[in-house]
Parts: sequence; structure tokens; C-alpha cells
Amino acid sequence: MTSGDIVFLVPEIILTIGACALLVFPVLGKRAAAQSAKWMMIGLLAITAIAVIVSSHTVTDFAQSRLFATMFAVDSFSVFFKLIFIAAVAMVTLMSEDYFRDSRYSPWEYYSLLAFALCGMLFMASGIHLISIYVGLELMSLSSYILAGYYKSEQKSTEAAMKYFVLGTVSSAILLYGMSLIYGVCGSLNLIAIDRAMSTLITNDALMLGILLLAAGLCFKIAAAPFHVWTPDVYEGAPTPITAFLSTASKAAAIAIFARIFYVGLQHFQLDWSFVLATVAALSMIVGNLAAITQDNIKRMLAYSSIGHAGYLLLGIISMSEMGMRGVLVYTVVYLAATLGIWAAVLMLQQHEYAGEQVEDFQGLHTRSPFWAFAMVMFLLSLGGIPPTAGFIGKYYLFAAAIQSGFGWLAIIAVLMSAVSMFYYLRIVVAMYLREGKDAQVSTAGSLRFVGAACLAITLFFGILPTPLIRQVETSARWVAARAVAVPNAGR
Amino acid sequence: MEALTSGMPFLVFLIIGTIAVAASILVVAMRNPVHSALFLLLTFLCVAVLFVLKAAEFVAAVQVLVYAGGIMVLFLFVVMLINVRSLPEERVMSAFWKGGLAVGLGLFILFAGVVRPGVYHEPKGNERDLRTQTTYRMRKVRNADGTVTERRVGRSRVVGNSEAIGMVLYRDYLVPFEVASLFLLVAMIGAIVIGKRELLAEEEESTPQFILDRAEKEKEVKEVVNGR
Repeated sequence: MTSGDIVFLVPEIILTIGACALLVFPVLGKRAAAQSAKWMMIGLLAITAIAVIVSSHTVTDFAQSRLFATMFAVDSFSVFFKLIFIAAVAMVTLMSEDYFRDSRYSPWEYYSLLAFALCGMLFMASGIHLISIYVGLELMSLSSYILAGYYKSEQKSTEAAMKYFVLGTVSSAILLYGMSLIYGVCGSLNLIAIDRAMSTLITNDALMLGILLLAAGLCFKIAAAPFHVWTPDVYEGAPTPITAFLSTASKAAAIAIFARIFYVGLQHFQLDWSFVLATVAALSMIVGNLAAITQDNIKRMLAYSSIGHAGYLLLGIISMSEMGMRGVLVYTVVYLAATLGIWAAVLMLQQHEYAGEQVEDFQGLHTRSPFWAFAMVMFLLSLGGIPPTAGFIGKYYLFAAAIQSGFGWLAIIAVLMSAVSMFYYLRIVVAMYLREGKDAQVSTAGSLRFVGAACLAITLFFGILPTPLIRQVETSARWVAARAVAVPNAGR
Repeated sequence: MEALTSGMPFLVFLIIGTIAVAASILVVAMRNPVHSALFLLLTFLCVAVLFVLKAAEFVAAVQVLVYAGGIMVLFLFVVMLINVRSLPEERVMSAFWKGGLAVGLGLFILFAGVVRPGVYHEPKGNERDLRTQTTYRMRKVRNADGTVTERRVGRSRVVGNSEAIGMVLYRDYLVPFEVASLFLLVAMIGAIVIGKRELLAEEEESTPQFILDRAEKEKEVKEVVNGR
């Protein structure tokens, strides 16, 4: 480590100072409005994003980008994910505003915790050492537990926070146990050193158990199938903007470390773990999509749908190729845009004491707000993977990667389950266009409309013209996947 | 005589380890919170002894100072503050204890099965090497062809236990260490956010009056209760 390395940590430092400032600000001055909290948060995110871009441009070669005794990497992969996280948190910030308009809850601590969670995510994105990945993950998780229970007078919110906290800490402990076993066998926690140590190892029980526990802990964080039971309850109970945060930014951060750990650190044992993860992916897709059909509550339905999407994302990791990595990156962007858009629509209906939580609340939306109805259709089509939208590109990459690596059976399940998912996505579309609506107001909040429009623009733009995204993703994927040796026909 | 002294650490480990496990079970089994806290203290002290056995004197000292000193005082302070003499009698075991026991035993056998000699990475060198710290300095070096370049030159020396930890913690693991401090900060914010009373906007501006009102109300309630 040299003192010059500190340049690469500037975004995280700025964000931390800003998060503390958000806490202190209302104490210093007069009672400040929720509006100013929001704009301070947006400003902070903008500065952080600029810092991420600027500091990444000072990286000239691969060796220089690995810092602090090889704890962190500032590379194309981490910068890509950091910018996604910042954008997603900015959207969540814009969505949250109306929640504080006449609420008893202070927006300052809320935004501050959101900033701390983002800080943890930035550390996760660039961590190449299991310790730095773990502390980043814990910083994000702890902030999320608190945010899930932020509406403490609502029983559901408290219950969600409690369940999330207990299960989350248990899963963190499992993750840590896995890491300690891997450390015991390999003698290092640095992913590259682990990889080097593993290249000379033959299969042994302790290592297999370590990898299994690590995978189990990570699967909990991305809400994949046998470890998904917390998801519907937490998503339903948490304040809706926080549900949006959990199902997008938080999940993307977990996927980022999942990809980094398995591609860089554990690639030599791909034959051993890919089948386990393939089972998890298949289960996630089946359980998530089938359970979503029976849900009438939108928040629960989207929770189950997000379990299914975790399964799709796992396809990219299992296939262990540059194609698979590209798929993960593209799908993360696509999934985040569509999901954030849907949450904005749900929030839009929640504004005027019009719950927006049941599917029937969407009835007749197209007469009241043609824009939102159209946007919802596009988001739902994107999640289902239908061509004119960006979701198609993402699914194309993931499924193609799975087939290339010999997981054809998994790709078949994925396609079938995508078809199943269209069934419950179309239920909302039918409600919006073909059913008579209740006579309720639709929020005209500017920031919500902005989030909806931005997500719609991303979904449509990358659906019609995916080249800019794909070009960006190719360089990012190469950083990680270049180190991975694909084992052909692993699934057979 | 030598056989006796070489067996000593293992004997101490067995005794202290047994006490630590027994005391930690008693922590959760006791009905009186003060007793639980005292058994927790015993557990901490036993763990400190185990650290000494592994030649980690610094960690042992920290264990005693921070856990036995700081955290235990806080525990006892809170227990005495809220004045709980004894918890109400209720079932100690939950209804699922058989399933829990089965899962626990299964996991124990699984984990115990993988702890075998030979599986794990051999630490290179001996304990002395672990305490060797290398400090680097930039130094101008004359190359064979006459050019002068700056090169990092390392010098190794043996350092003490706490110095070695300090070097690892504040140099190699500096950033995770700082992130851990952020983690504690978030935990504190969370405790305040969850513990704080919800105030309406107007209440927050007139806090002193609001507290007076509440105190008065409580007094009235008490009088009514006492009157009956």
C-alpha cells in the first residue's frame, strides 16, 4: 500500500462523510424540510458518481488497480457495478420523498442509512479479499435491517425487520463459516491467492463444505430458492421504497460479489459447485414463478418474481464463461430498470390512500394515467423477456451462455418458467386495460414520474439499441472472466 | 517430568474449555439475569485463558479489558437499571427442541468430520516468523549498467505480540478495520432510530412542555391506582 492508493477510495470516503453530514445537518440548523434532505442526498450521490468515474480513470494498468494489500480492486467490473448501485439508490431516493411528506419519521436518518448501505455496496463491488467483501456486505445488511423496520409503529414493518435481521445474521454466520474453512485450506483470504492455492489442490471435504456454506450464505443474500423464505414477508412488510431498494440494489450487490468470488476465487472447483448452483437456480426459477401465480398482493408477487430472477442470474454464474458474465451484467441493468419502474408505479398508487398493493388496484389504470399504464406494460414485458424490451437481450445472453456451457436442461427450465411468469405479469396488464377501474386519483408527483420515465427510457432504449450497453459490458466482463477458465460441457 | 509439563497445556485446555462451555450453557439456563451476566463473565475469562494458551497475550488482555471490563459493566448496569429480579417461569425449551437437537447434532458431526489433520493449510515457518515484520523503504539502487533507479527495499525484524497485531490491523487490514467502525456507527444509529419515541412535528418543537405533561399524567394515573 502506498499513500497514493487513497485516491481510489475517494468515492467511499466522500459518501461516508456525506452520510455523517446528513445525520448532523438537522441538528445544526432549524428544522429542515424533507425536500432538502432529498436534494442533499441526490447531490451526495452525484458527487460520489463523479468521484467513482474520475478515480477509475487514474487506473492505468491492472497491477496498479489492486490496492491496500490487495484488499480492493478498482477495475472495469467494480466501476460498472458502483455506477449501477449509485443510480439505483438515486431512484430509491427520488421515490421515497412522498413517504416523508406528512410522516412522523425523520427523513434524515433514513437517507443517511441509505448512504451507509450504498457505502457497503461500493466496498462489496471492489472487494477482492473475503474480509473486505464481508465487512462491506455486513455494512449493507445492517443498514437494510434498520431501514426495513423504519416504520416502527406499523406492526408489519417491525415484523419484517425482525425476520430479516434474525435470518440475515444467521446467513452471515454461515457465510463466515464457509470463508473460515476456505481460509483454513488455502491459507489466504485474497481471491487471487485462493485461486492460486486451489490450482494445486485436489478435492477435499473441508474445502467442499466451505464452498457449500459460502454458496448457501450468498444464495440467502440474493434470495435464491431453498434460502428464500424470508423474501415475501420482508418485501411485503418493509416500507415500499425500501422494498424497491432490497429487490434491486441490494440484490445486485450480492450478485456482484457472488460473481467475483466464484469467477476469480473458486474457478478451479467449478465442476464441483456448478451442479449444486444449477440445482439452486432450477429450484429458484420453479418455486419463485409458480408461487407468484397465486399471489394477489403485488408486493408478494414481485417478491416471488424476484426469487425467479435470482435463478436466471445464477445461470450466468454457473456457465462460467465471458458470455455468462456479460449476461449477468446486462441482466442486472435490465432487471433493475424494470423493477424500479414497477415499484415507482406501486408507490404512485399508494399516494392517495389507494393501497396499490393488490392487483385489483391497478384496474382501469389506462384511463386515469395512460403513461403509467404503458410504462407498466413495458416493465412487465421486460421482466418476462419479450423482444422489444431490454429484458429480451438479458435473457438471451444468460440462456445462450447456459447452453454453451452444457446446461441445456437448465436453459429449458428457464424458458418454460419465463413463459409461466408471463401469466402473472399479464394479469396486471389485463387489470389495467380490460377491467373497469375504481375512481381514484393518481399521484402526479414529479419525482415519481421522473423515475418512471427514466426506467422506461432505459428499458426501451437498450431493448431497441443494445449496442452501447453490450460494448460497456464486454470490457467489464473481461476483467473478471478473463481469469476464469471455462470448463466445456460441465453440466453433462 | 518433561512428559508432565508437555501435557500441561492440553490439560489446562481441557479444564478451562469445559468450564467455558458449561458457563455459557448456564448463561442461557439461568432465570436470574444477574446470574446469567456473571456466568457470561466467567465465560469471557475462560476464553481469555485459552487465548493465552495460544500465545496471543494481547488478544487475551483485550478480551479481559473490553469484554470482562467494559461490556460486562454495561450489561450489569442495564440489568440493575431495569430492575429485573427474575424472569417469569416458562418453558426453557421451545416446542421444536427435538428437531433443533437433531439438526444441531447433524451439523456438529458434519463439521467435526472435516476437522482432520492434514486437510488444512500448513502455516509456513514457526511462531517466530509470524512475528517478523518487514518494513519497506524506497532506496536508490545503482543498476549494473550504471543507471540509478528507485527500488523498494525491505528490512525484517522481530516484533512483539501487540506490535505484530498493530502492524497487521493498521496496515494490511486498515480499510476493513475502518469499515468495521462504520458498521458500529450504523448499529448505533439503528439503535437510536428504533429506540427513539415518535414525535409529531409540533411535539418536537415543544419538548419540555410535552415531557412535563406526560409526567403529570403518569402521576395522576399512579394516584388513581393507589387510591383504589
